[in-house]
Amino acid sequence: MSQAQTTSTRSSSLGATLGAIGRHRVVWPLAALALLFIVDFIISPSFFNIRIVEGRLFGSLIDIPYRAAPTALVALGMAVVIGTKGIDLSVGSIVAIGGAVITWRIHAGDPHLLILFIALAVGLLCGLWNGFLVAALDIQPIIATLILMVSGRGIGLMINLLYGGTDPSFTSPLLQGLSTGHIGYIPTRLLVFVFIFALLWTLLRRTALGLFLESVGGNTAAAYLTGINARMVIFSAYVISGLMASSAGVILTADTHTSDPISVALNIELDAILAVVIGGASLGGGRIYLGMTILGALVIQSLTTTILTSGMPPEYNLVVKAVVVVVVLLLQSSNFRSLTLSILARRKR
Amino acid sequence: MHLVKLLSGAAVGAALLVAGSPAMAVTIGFSQVGDEGDWRPAWSKDMQEEAKKEGIDLKYADAQGKEEEQIKAVRAFIAQKVDAIIIAPVVVTGWDAVLDEAKKAGIPVFLADRDVDVKDKSLFVTRISADFNLEGRLAGAWTAQATKGQANVVEEQGTVGAAPAIERKKGFEAVTANFPDIKIVKTQSGDFTTDGGKKVMEAFIKSTDNLKGINVSFAHNDNMQLGAIQAMKEAGLKPGHDVLMVSVDYVPAMKEALAAGDANASVELRSAIGKYIYPVVLQYLKDKKELPKWVKIPSDLHTAATPLD
Repeated sequence: MSQAQTTSTRSSSLGATLGAIGRHRVVWPLAALALLFIVDFIISPSFFNIRIVEGRLFGSLIDIPYRAAPTALVALGMAVVIGTKGIDLSVGSIVAIGGAVITWRIHAGDPHLLILFIALAVGLLCGLWNGFLVAALDIQPIIATLILMVSGRGIGLMINLLYGGTDPSFTSPLLQGLSTGHIGYIPTRLLVFVFIFALLWTLLRRTALGLFLESVGGNTAAAYLTGINARMVIFSAYVISGLMASSAGVILTADTHTSDPISVALNIELDAILAVVIGGASLGGGRIYLGMTILGALVIQSLTTTILTSGMPPEYNLVVKAVVVVVVLLLQSSNFRSLTLSILARRKR
Repeated sequence: MHLVKLLSGAAVGAALLVAGSPAMAVTIGFSQVGDEGDWRPAWSKDMQEEAKKEGIDLKYADAQGKEEEQIKAVRAFIAQKVDAIIIAPVVVTGWDAVLDEAKKAGIPVFLADRDVDVKDKSLFVTRISADFNLEGRLAGAWTAQATKGQANVVEEQGTVGAAPAIERKKGFEAVTANFPDIKIVKTQSGDFTTDGGKKVMEAFIKSTDNLKGINVSFAHNDNMQLGAIQAMKEAGLKPGHDVLMVSVDYVPAMKEALAAGDANASVELRSAIGKYIYPVVLQYLKDKKELPKWVKIPSDLHTAATPLD
């Protein structure tokens, strides 16, 4: 019996290895990324050119992480919330409120370093609000965060009115430096991203918080019975998401140095959720994949950059995006893969 | 002494009677969409100021972006027996019933800004609005003249499917089609936002090797162009010099960009349009003469050389 097993293993060892690789969750998003790059290379071979322009690295390949950074920050916060079986729809509104507050305080003449902390405090406050609704009042996360999602952009507009709102653009060497500046050849926002990621990773993986979050998301009742304060853990997830969204808000607001509450970070919650899902997490909670979420954000941004450089009529943008996303998600679905394999196998016979 | 005062008082009274008698103060109901963006509130304010100048008793209703609020407001105007109703429609459809009520009450309805879709076009007198297509044609004509008909254009479109985006593109192309050496090399949607315009221009810069051979950037609104200007500066390019920048709206930030030489031309989307709307309404009330179904408000093009106002 053991001999038979060995032979069968040996005969299909190649298939097994491929299967094992296929099962690893990092493979499919990477394959999608590679596929997009191949398409880019066919469309425009100069896609991979990297030069130094204005003292920093410059090229489409730099644009992808550069543009993905804010979405990835939001997505990391979203990954934490989704890990607790929740969802945070208000992230785009938090960005909008943060942007309005930054512009308002700059016009009021506050020191810019203080404004940076005020902006983060605004995100913290929004996170506290969401966490209060979900953890303390037991409101369904999708409804609880919908409240801020719907009202947040209006709050942003009202803040703009505080200083007249006629000229909501500003200049700030500090904030713009964080967003569009560069240290050495490297865009500052990438360094900011790495720094925040390291903080979050340490918080989740070097303390018990990550484990608590995942166990609460996996089975709240069981987690509670093992002595985890489930409410506090869920509460903290929304606070983290609020903070991540507001740090993305600083980058996005300083990028165009204007306050545009209506359209800034529009639909970013959808991209963030998508990044988490492409990263292999289930909306059912219980798992937080930080690195994979970044990969998810990179896939989405590569897709956007590809569409923008392709010269395709803009009417097709959203359809193409949807098709690629469906393909990536199908590739990730083990049910779909085994179904295709079995159909192929039947054909061969 | 007393007599003089009395007489003069009587004279003033008589004069008032004479002046007021032909029409009395005209009462107009104006139903506005809401107060989103910069342009619409500015327009609402202008409508109220111009009404005062014309001696019109304006009843203003803000629909807060809601169709049902707007229909309620129009019904209220009908009940108050106003002399005319001006509607800036929230939506295109669903107007037949309420416009029919206005017609039966003998109150003429004028549309401002957006159009409506009704079976019976006689339900409204005319639509008074800017011509997006003309804005595109003006931008195209400026491009043709400034480049002497030799242009490789990158275009930042507005939101896909939006009327201003469709018409500005058509208008621009209608003019530039007359010049064989004007080509639109790249075109993408920047969703009418600064952020969108910046991202699109960043991609254009990469896909055209730093805008090699490109000499015009046409944006369907100023916000996208302002984003494009930022993207070009970050890539070490000189907007306004290396590439001519033409867009639509003439917002305050664009005035500054024009003055700084970062942009070259902007077609104005006027918000002070009360002075074009009221005369049409008042004239119609006087002579009831049939009007074409669209009265166009003229557009204006500002360049860096145009003095700031």
